[in-house]
Amino acid sequence: MTALWLLDLCLVAVILAVALSAVAARDLFAATVFFVAYGLLIALAWVRLDAVDVALAEAAIGAGLTGVLLLGVTARVHMEARTPGPGRGMRLAIGAGCAAVSVALAAAVLSLPVPAPSLVPAVEAAIPATGLGNPVTAVLLAFRGYDTLLETLVLLLALLGVWSLAPDRLWGGRPGLRHRARPEGTLAWLGRLLPPIGLLVGVYVFWIGSDQPGGAFQAGTILAAVWLLAIMAGLSDAPPVRSLALRLVLVAGPVVFLGIGTAGLFVAGAFLGYPPAAAKTLIVTVEAALTLSIAATLALLVAGAPERAP
Amino acid sequence: MAEFLVVAAAFVLLTVGAGLVRILHGPAEADRMMAAQLLGSGGIAVLLLLAVAMERPAAVDVALVLALLAAFAAVAFVKGRSPSGAGDPEA
Amino acid sequence: MRLALDLFTILCVSAGGVFFLAATIGMLRFPDTLTRLHALTKADNLGLGLVVLGLLPRMEGVAEALKLVGIWLLALLAAATVAQLVARAALRETAGQPGGPPR
Repeated sequence: MTALWLLDLCLVAVILAVALSAVAARDLFAATVFFVAYGLLIALAWVRLDAVDVALAEAAIGAGLTGVLLLGVTARVHMEARTPGPGRGMRLAIGAGCAAVSVALAAAVLSLPVPAPSLVPAVEAAIPATGLGNPVTAVLLAFRGYDTLLETLVLLLALLGVWSLAPDRLWGGRPGLRHRARPEGTLAWLGRLLPPIGLLVGVYVFWIGSDQPGGAFQAGTILAAVWLLAIMAGLSDAPPVRSLALRLVLVAGPVVFLGIGTAGLFVAGAFLGYPPAAAKTLIVTVEAALTLSIAATLALLVAGAPERAP
Repeated sequence: MAEFLVVAAAFVLLTVGAGLVRILHGPAEADRMMAAQLLGSGGIAVLLLLAVAMERPAAVDVALVLALLAAFAAVAFVKGRSPSGAGDPEA
Repeated sequence: MRLALDLFTILCVSAGGVFFLAATIGMLRFPDTLTRLHALTKADNLGLGLVVLGLLPRMEGVAEALKLVGIWLLALLAAATVAQLVARAALRETAGQPGGPPR
């Protein structure tokens, strides 16, 4: 259909223009807003590439978390004393390094074999054993369980890295400043209205994940975003990082995943294996625990290092 | 009909894409923020049109997530405008 | 019947496109921040509403159609609150400048 070609052409043109503007814009705030816009356009591109799972993740991350994180950082950079930027030589070196990565990536894409090697037939043959309808979830939770398990651990490590930026006397305290907003104001109103809807949408995206695009990561991101909204609206406070309840939620996902994976050694004959009769139930259990842990981890990553003494 | 919906999606995309020039020109930070907001509602429309034209109902869920989170960047923006970064944006 | 529904979709979606165009023109051509905010939060949501209206007959069931309406309502909610919050920020930012409100 020629109309789709036209649309793709428009999409690529707008994406390139926005990407170049984000890099070239002199104004820091403008560059940040361009980057937020870029994330939204990339979500559209993933839909056109028929990767709706990725589009969902990009939409949630781009609209919900990256914007909050980067705009917060921009505001802080304005507030704090201006440190001198990199010199001309350093800038040239950074530019050359980025250009080299881009050229290498382009060369890699251009030298991909045609037709590309594919494991699609293998996945299609094995998917009935998992009881799932969404091949992406089957790959993430069953066929490549190792990757997903390690990714959840990487997220936790990243959070530990952020926390360790706190000075010793603040260790164990609450991240960020206490947010305030007038209780009868617009922001507090939005903060009361949106989180319940977000909770509903998050559970929905988690639940359909076994049969349609969706799943733990997308749902966790949505939950993290609405939690941050409640914090920014001054309705709830970020928990102190020494809180045992918080830490239990953070490790719940990886622990349940590891536990069920280890049990697989005995009941299914392989680490991270599932007995076919119970595969779907076990996968949904792992996903539920992962959703909670991912939500808490992402929200705290955005909230930052402890800034208030415990 | 699918052709028409795709052309409509391309039209909306180009239109709100042109609006992004406002991010470059400003002059106020609020102007730049609003251009991104316009891209948000345009993007939702494009996704809905594509979901029907390409027969991918799951794309509607992407639009749902975008609509749910549409206010977030702007909330972070007004929060960042308060002196401490955490104060009341309506003070 | 089929033809009538097709015509309905074409009419509504086209009208929606016109409102998106109007919002962009307002965004680019209006003289100051607050009038641009006005163009943005009203025209584009009317555009989105018309697109949703035009797509309603193409939905497979009532639940799908309701989801579409829900998306529009969420977008309206976001636009209304964002307009309030950003307008205050713009008032403070442009106070005393040419084209802005008095300090």
